[in-house]
Amino acid sequence: MSNYVFIESRDPFDSPDTSFLAETAASLKKRGNDVVVFLVQNGVLAMRKQARKAHLPQLLESGVTVMADDFSLRERGIQFDECRANVRIAPIEQLVDFLVQENTKAIWH
Amino acid sequence: MAEKKLTIALMDAPYEKASTTTALRIVSAALQKGIHVNVFAYEGAVNLAMKDQAPHANPVKGTTVEQEEHPTTKEFVRSLLEIGKSNPQLTWVNCGLCVDERGAINVVDGVKRGSPADFFKMAGESTNTLVIPTK
Repeated sequence: MSNYVFIESRDPFDSPDTSFLAETAASLKKRGNDVVVFLVQNGVLAMRKQARKAHLPQLLESGVTVMADDFSLRERGIQFDECRANVRIAPIEQLVDFLVQENTKAIWH
Repeated sequence: MAEKKLTIALMDAPYEKASTTTALRIVSAALQKGIHVNVFAYEGAVNLAMKDQAPHANPVKGTTVEQEEHPTTKEFVRSLLEIGKSNPQLTWVNCGLCVDERGAINVVDGVKRGSPADFFKMAGESTNTLVIPTK
């Protein structure tokens, strides 16, 4: 079993391949791995409850841990009460902690 | 417990993508946590440390250089190298061929010249490696 950290920087409405990342993350989780998806930059646009086309419900249902960079949210004026439940807002230091865990594979998208 | 070390490969040129800002934030956060960091700057990323970058005024807003406080990537790199000059240590290597192609010779103090072989070595010695590609 491994740890996987996916860093999603792309806007789900601009980049249809964000669904591929979600499918990959969910599949790895299903195979018994620990999987985190950390949203940064325009990736945090998926956090909004109103973002119906986003892939986050699929990820959350699969048991993948989803986090969003607080700085990216602030830059885009996205408030806490606009965000989906079950997605944690975290500082970049949290991402660093994931990256230096043993047996962790990091994938930037 | 063994010391932690993170290697990051960058490829984007300055002032083009938010990924550069995120990468520099990761470097900063890792150093603040006492984690050693290697950066391998490839392709356009070798320009991040170019010493000739200069802040400018903003004629649209009518602000001076001082009022504008325009950030430069060379200043970010310089300050990160200052933080990571001993323990934890930041090692910043620019790809030599990429430097020559772009004439990016004049860089801030502490930036080294190397090759993808250095990146391979860095990755082998690190707790983890993060590659931030161009889109």
